[in-house]
Amino acid sequence: MSKPMLGLVLGGVLGVLDGLSALVSAPNDPAVKAGIVGIVFGSTVKGLITGVLIGWFAKKTQSLGLAIAFGLTVGLALAYLVCVMQKLGGMPPYYWQIMLPGGILGVIVGYATFNFRRPAPALSR
Amino acid sequence: MNLPDAAIARLRRLDDRPDFGGTRYDLLEEIGRGGMGIVFRAHDRDLDRDVAVKVTAWQTDSDAVRLRREARTLASLEHAGIVAVHEVGRLPDGRVFLVMALARGERLDAHAGRLPLADRLRAFDRICDTVAFAHARGVVHRDLKPANIMVGTFGQVMILDWGLAGGSEPGGTEGYMAPEPSTPQPDARVDVYALGAILRDLIDVSPWPDVSRSTIRPLRSIVARATSADPGARYADAAELAADVRRFADGQAVTAHRETAVERAGRLARVYRTPIALVLTYLAVRVLLLFWSS
Repeated sequence: MSKPMLGLVLGGVLGVLDGLSALVSAPNDPAVKAGIVGIVFGSTVKGLITGVLIGWFAKKTQSLGLAIAFGLTVGLALAYLVCVMQKLGGMPPYYWQIMLPGGILGVIVGYATFNFRRPAPALSR
Repeated sequence: MNLPDAAIARLRRLDDRPDFGGTRYDLLEEIGRGGMGIVFRAHDRDLDRDVAVKVTAWQTDSDAVRLRREARTLASLEHAGIVAVHEVGRLPDGRVFLVMALARGERLDAHAGRLPLADRLRAFDRICDTVAFAHARGVVHRDLKPANIMVGTFGQVMILDWGLAGGSEPGGTEGYMAPEPSTPQPDARVDVYALGAILRDLIDVSPWPDVSRSTIRPLRSIVARATSADPGARYADAAELAADVRRFADGQAVTAHRETAVERAGRLARVYRTPIALVLTYLAVRVLLLFWSS
């Protein structure tokens, strides 16, 4: 499995979970409950795109810091796009609820794809 | 006239000093003395470099045979961790001499005490790599101990004193010598025992504040297996021992230690502490957002 592929899979899985977690973080919002399918779908697509971009970057860089920073940036940027689309669609944009977890998931994918198939530390030859 | 003991000892040393007249070597100083011979630092006039010269203490046939055997063993093993042999010959007084590369550095026991545990294990890995090379060529050292291992300025290791390799006469050093009697064809597990004792010394030479006692437990199990009184229970050779130590250093389960569920959880938590922290951070953010929206 390549790093972009890992990013795609991980981003997709985390996107699904992140989308479903909207039911937990906004349990009393009827708009969330009504639109959960769209939220999960959107979150999954966001996760797939984020994941493949981060995985591609992780393949190019030798710096963990850069991979994490890129993941954070892409995660925040795509999450912001989702908020903008929500606002354009007449829904209230949940900036904090979408961007903050989105950024953290970008960091997780950046870390995981960077370390994927890297030689172990310490006594590696 | 009664001479002081120190003077007598000095006279004995001078008497032992071999005559290298007629060779290209100038003896500089004595740097070691063992049962079989004396080692001097000498200067090679032709190549303008310092070398180590080992000379048999006495003109006995058995010592001469062993020194020539050591020379042939060293000549057959070309490895960065094994001192290179340059020449073997006989002095006018009949003693055999062996000229080798001069190993510069510190003895392992003096060097290791200052290092964190991870660096000690790295040095041990290089030692095992060198011994495994010899084992792969059918050579068993039979006298591995910290005093026979030098560590250079850049962490390179050099294993010295291969005088017992290739032989079957009794020998070795207490504390590092396998308990089973010598056999005509000693196998690699004799060296595995010594390596296990060396690993034990590396662990205990000084405290390791960067590592907890529970983390070291698998390493202790590796030592126990390597130094088992039953040769059949030990690792088969240095390569197998090194592989298990490497697994420990890489945060993997080792074959010598049966983990409990708690130990396994602790090990995985140490290895994956960063992703676990990231996931916990994500969950904490979700919980905070939950309270915030409430």
